[in-house]
Amino acid sequence: MRLGRGAATTYPGSLVHSDAILIEGSNMAECHPVAFRWVMQAKLRQPNPATIMHADPRFTRTTAMADIHAPIRAGTDIAFLGGIINHVLNSKRWYDEPFFQEYVKTYTNAATLINPDFKDTEDLEGVFSGLGPYKEGKWGLNGFIGQYVSKTWQYAGTAVGEAGRSAATAQSGEQGVQSGQPGAAQQPVSGKPPYDDLVKSLVPPPATTDPTLQNPMSVFQLLKKHYSRYTPEMVANITGCPQDQFVRVADTMLNNSGPDKTSAICYAVGWTQHTYGPQMIGTAALLQLLLGNMGRPGGGIVALRGHATIQGSTDVPTLYHSIHGYMAAPSILKNHETVADYLKTETLATGYWANTPKFFVSYLKSVYGDAATADNDWGYAWHPRITGDHSHMPMMIAMAEGRVKGMFAVGQNPAVGGQNAGFQRKALANLDWLVVKDNFETETASFWYRSPEIQNGELSPESIKTEVFFFPSAQVGEMEGTFTNTQRLIKFHHKAADPPGDARSDMWFTYHLGKRLKQLYAGSKEPRDQGFLNMTWDYEPDPEEVANWRIKDEPSALKVIREINGFVTGKPDQHLAGFAALKADGSTTCASWIYSGMYPKPGIENLRAASRNPAPKTAKLNGKELTGAELSWGFAWPANRRALYNRASAKPDGTPWSEAKAWVWWDPNMPDPTTGKPGQWTGLDVPDFALAKAPSAKAKPGATGLDALSGTDPFIMKADGKGWLFAASGLVDGPFPTHYEPIESPAPNLLYPKQQSSPVLKRWDIDGNPRAQPADPQFPYVLTTYRLTEHHLSGVMSRWLPWLAELQPELFAEISPELAAEKGVGNTEYVRISTPRGQIVAKALVTRRMQPLTVNGKTLHHVGLPWHFGYQGVVTGDVTNNLALMVGDPNVTIHEGKAFVCNLEKA
Amino acid sequence: MDRVVLSRRGFLRLSAGGAALGGLAALGVDLRPAIVRAQALRLQNAKPYPSVCPYCAVGCDTVVWSANDQIVNVEGDLRSPINHGNLCPKGAAIYQLHVNPNRVTDVLYRAPGGDSWQKIDLDKALDMVADRVKKTRDATFVEKSDDGKTQMSSLEIFSLGGATIDNEWNHLQQKLLRGLGIVAIENQARI
Amino acid sequence: MAQQSATPAATTAAPPSATPAGGTPVPLASIPPASAYAPPGAFPPEPLGFYTDTSVCIGCKACEVACKNWNGLSSRNGGVNTLSGDSYDNTRRLDGQHWRHVKFIEQFSEDRTNGRWLMMSDVCKHCVQAGCLEVCPTGAIMRTEYDTVVIQADVCNGCRDCIGACPFGVIDINPVNNTAMKCTLCYDRLHRGMEPACAQACPTASIQFGPIAELKQRAQARLEQLKSQPRPESRPEPRLYGADESFLGGLNAFYLLDDEPEVYGLPNHPALPSQHLPANVGLAAVGAVGVGLLGLLGLRKRRMDEFAAEARAEQISDRGATDPGMTLGSDEEAPHA
Repeated sequence: MRLGRGAATTYPGSLVHSDAILIEGSNMAECHPVAFRWVMQAKLRQPNPATIMHADPRFTRTTAMADIHAPIRAGTDIAFLGGIINHVLNSKRWYDEPFFQEYVKTYTNAATLINPDFKDTEDLEGVFSGLGPYKEGKWGLNGFIGQYVSKTWQYAGTAVGEAGRSAATAQSGEQGVQSGQPGAAQQPVSGKPPYDDLVKSLVPPPATTDPTLQNPMSVFQLLKKHYSRYTPEMVANITGCPQDQFVRVADTMLNNSGPDKTSAICYAVGWTQHTYGPQMIGTAALLQLLLGNMGRPGGGIVALRGHATIQGSTDVPTLYHSIHGYMAAPSILKNHETVADYLKTETLATGYWANTPKFFVSYLKSVYGDAATADNDWGYAWHPRITGDHSHMPMMIAMAEGRVKGMFAVGQNPAVGGQNAGFQRKALANLDWLVVKDNFETETASFWYRSPEIQNGELSPESIKTEVFFFPSAQVGEMEGTFTNTQRLIKFHHKAADPPGDARSDMWFTYHLGKRLKQLYAGSKEPRDQGFLNMTWDYEPDPEEVANWRIKDEPSALKVIREINGFVTGKPDQHLAGFAALKADGSTTCASWIYSGMYPKPGIENLRAASRNPAPKTAKLNGKELTGAELSWGFAWPANRRALYNRASAKPDGTPWSEAKAWVWWDPNMPDPTTGKPGQWTGLDVPDFALAKAPSAKAKPGATGLDALSGTDPFIMKADGKGWLFAASGLVDGPFPTHYEPIESPAPNLLYPKQQSSPVLKRWDIDGNPRAQPADPQFPYVLTTYRLTEHHLSGVMSRWLPWLAELQPELFAEISPELAAEKGVGNTEYVRISTPRGQIVAKALVTRRMQPLTVNGKTLHHVGLPWHFGYQGVVTGDVTNNLALMVGDPNVTIHEGKAFVCNLEKA
Repeated sequence: MDRVVLSRRGFLRLSAGGAALGGLAALGVDLRPAIVRAQALRLQNAKPYPSVCPYCAVGCDTVVWSANDQIVNVEGDLRSPINHGNLCPKGAAIYQLHVNPNRVTDVLYRAPGGDSWQKIDLDKALDMVADRVKKTRDATFVEKSDDGKTQMSSLEIFSLGGATIDNEWNHLQQKLLRGLGIVAIENQARI
Repeated sequence: MAQQSATPAATTAAPPSATPAGGTPVPLASIPPASAYAPPGAFPPEPLGFYTDTSVCIGCKACEVACKNWNGLSSRNGGVNTLSGDSYDNTRRLDGQHWRHVKFIEQFSEDRTNGRWLMMSDVCKHCVQAGCLEVCPTGAIMRTEYDTVVIQADVCNGCRDCIGACPFGVIDINPVNNTAMKCTLCYDRLHRGMEPACAQACPTASIQFGPIAELKQRAQARLEQLKSQPRPESRPEPRLYGADESFLGGLNAFYLLDDEPEVYGLPNHPALPSQHLPANVGLAAVGAVGVGLLGLLGLRKRRMDEFAAEARAEQISDRGATDPGMTLGSDEEAPHA
């Protein structure tokens, strides 16, 4: 949200180039062991080994390999990282080394002036200017406890918008601000394709800057003030991390950043699952911008995602708030009535998002095909609108209230994985029908006869009126398709065998369900059915695609990929070569603009997602041949770029910052392939920049799109081309990350005593979801949940496999010997862990890897629980998520699963 | 329909006469024989198919070997710049994700208030689901919001899942549901 | 037969050098031939083995599962198991079904200022002087052209002599076929030009496979690197274990240890049964290790009889029905011993 795309900025393989690696919010060695190979290679590099740091409450298999362990209380990472920012801004090195000044002044919005009415948390005791009450609409489950009117957060004298990866709740319209264009000039426009005048009308005045960074309303000065009280003492008091350990981490990051050094940060859901999760990641982005690590080899932020295509399922969104390619889902909460309204609301006139009309019209063509015409506004009136937060937790609450009748659970197991899982299982009993599709009989499929609620008599099979269907699934080797991994790399997997019996691919299920529904609706004259009847739905396999297999009606993955990639309307054999080919006049059909280019020509031999050529890109620099990214192994969106924002790997003048860290640079002699004119960006990756735009190019005043950005603006998705130290829009809970306590915390907010937790978080005060008050003496311990190497998620893909089951066979609670002694518990003895939501039993694993911390002068214990266990499978155990609270971060409604409170007693 | 009953131990089993359903789940027995020799023979007539690990998002490249429509081996792809043939224990167990007696291979149906699973025909089951989707959608569809805006959606059907499933399924699922006006679509990727 | 060097892929950080792709992707979507992954030729005969650098082991257990996957090994009790309480080690020991075993040793001072979590993937040592081979009455245990030690299941009569003869407690009866079993260093894969499954899977190159001579050089270099790093005075020096001929003629699966061998449950002076020394590490004294060591090393002393009893109780049926090409007594090329 500070950089422009919702994706890892770099890839794990780039970590071999790192001089220091901070792993925080992640147990990388355990949860991503094979990505950790690159960390180990950096550590073993001779000469100049990298320093590995791990900030985590526990001593894990990652810590075992780290040079520095900073033990911190779960949920206090913003205090920790904010402390590093303060340390950097108070250091001599940061001011003496010209690199930092040049990078930050040129590539970030440090110099930009902010609205004079802006008030920081330092001025208002923990909240930003503009806080007010939240008013629920008809849907009623958005859950916010407050909301900001963020006008004062804007750039002085203008406004800068954010699209694509702005807060889901802003995209959806739940929060009335922050997404799309920020309300620039509204001169009348035709609203007709290709919408050029519409985009032009949205161009805002340029921002005012102070290149000396001295103006008190400059982003830089505001930033300095915001973190000025995040001192080592404060960090130690909040996080429990000893001061010297904290300072070692901060110094290591600072000293290993510079023109010839880069530091990387790796995170995972240890950062995301908080009521301020996106802000935690934002703190890391902010730090990496200050240290000049973004867009450079061995630098940046590695997001370690946990599901095979969790990136893909966000890009190709099975998410309520967005449609393909990070466009906002049409919503009744915004001005989305017509295509022109939608485009006026969502298009950023400057930066690459100025192309939104092309993306949106091509998307509508992919849905409604020939029926989408300029005359009928591309069929947009058929497209459904959202009405509020329809994400996981609100939907389960709606289900508990009887407002949801049917459900598909496909490859997801909320009976174990859902927060406050007991509540969620009981909600399932309110459904009329439930379809579960999985490889094994999951806890969700069997909730009606095996759940704890059945065992304890709260529910009985007779009382549950839900019809349940279980469809067995094909596995990865039994179907064709693509996954998008954590580095945005799309890769195709081939089918090696038919699935057994009636097991079918998930695509088969949805395709054939769609065909049946088409038959059921055939001939309907109802207006509400016309969109569905016009929806294109033809993925019949070519005979050769199924010739070798028993299952002959498997839909064609290649035809689906063609629709995602895009083609010339009416000519499906003319695939689009990339998103640059998109048009806003209906002449191109493309579901996902960001995936365009993965399949530029028909035939699997041309499917770049299936290419498996390991040869790396090479390039000559000063006569020396350098080796870069493996560009022919799969296809990374966008446009096969492997490290994002890589324009920043070169100085403003286009030459590499250093030979050691060369990645992408300007070659003034290389001819541009399209125009033949000399001058092109080149290097070891696909440049994430307009190829022929010289470093000296000036921004064109009043222009739209990339013309509005200069040759030194590396963040091309941002309306101002800058990395955002200050997020003027896009986030609903503040432009700077601020330390708040988790909603359930044993400690007061030492920085802002009057503002314990986020003033705008989402919570649902309903029966069955009670929470502990701050410093509740009944629940004195911090509970954190996590994964083990040997298991996966809710265990469906691991607890049914004997090879994995035997490796971690039972649920355990990791506690320190100190806590064990207090409670009279021996190793492997049973303990009962309780929260206001419920209690579970686990075996104690007593270990000095768990360490009591001193927080605010008091001893604090953590209890660690893996969350892989459930009541089905070869090995079983109590459901850890029975303990968790349904509470949401205000930007994306992610739950707070990594830091809440509990009690523990000998069972 | 074969009737499936709950055994005393609560594991899924078929009543007398039924084929093994859920295999040896109750015993958790792994059917693979232990032998020392001749594993390489598996590869003799097998074909390698480039594939990708379905667990975490590192995206390790794998090779799935199969012969006669049977998967015989899965291991890391040595040529891969992602993992150079390496795997973690989960990736190393992909074979058992496929060849596993605990897999369910029939469609199961549980009637409202019922106390057992029944095996049902795949086509029939799909017809039944299509019928339920249509009934619920038609009964709950809203064309205009209270303030007169175009809404064209039903909020009473919820689809959960996707982060573990191919992009192509994600595309079809969101397209079908949005095509029908179903907007409560969600997966594991809430950030 | 293709001649190829036994350089393990797990240690090659850089991708294979090939024609530079330039900026233009070269689609290679067609399915590669089997020879791309399993070359038709065998490794040339020379001593091959494992060098295990315990200082980089992350305890992921990929080696355990990759071994089971390739060798078709079942799980004890079909995977139903209990929590050992001994750190993250629930495998507990090597036996006929577990040919790799990752050990976890927690060493933490009470105030946590000095803490380590050591991990080590244990395996058959493929001793140059192998006690098991010496005592085997049927000739089922043979020395291969790679200087490794392999038990031929179809010759083994299950007499158990080798179990007691192993100074490391490596061998046990596999309850599925009731023969003595252990690591073969993937003898069958070596004949395919494929490195052993565990070494290929290992993400951090803790397990390295190759010609013994080359491995020893690599281990020596790593040892020197480790010794040059600062360490607390009280901490024992890192060392190589089994890389020279000081016992059993040397180990073809040797180790770099970051502490005394006993800490890892390895005997300090393993010896052949003919030398009337303790038969296995389980009976050997395990010294007090580390400060405040919580790991219940005593568990490791438990011998396998009780587990073997459990394992024998397993019910195996329908074996092989879903598993083509995996039947006992098939015609793999005879070992040219």
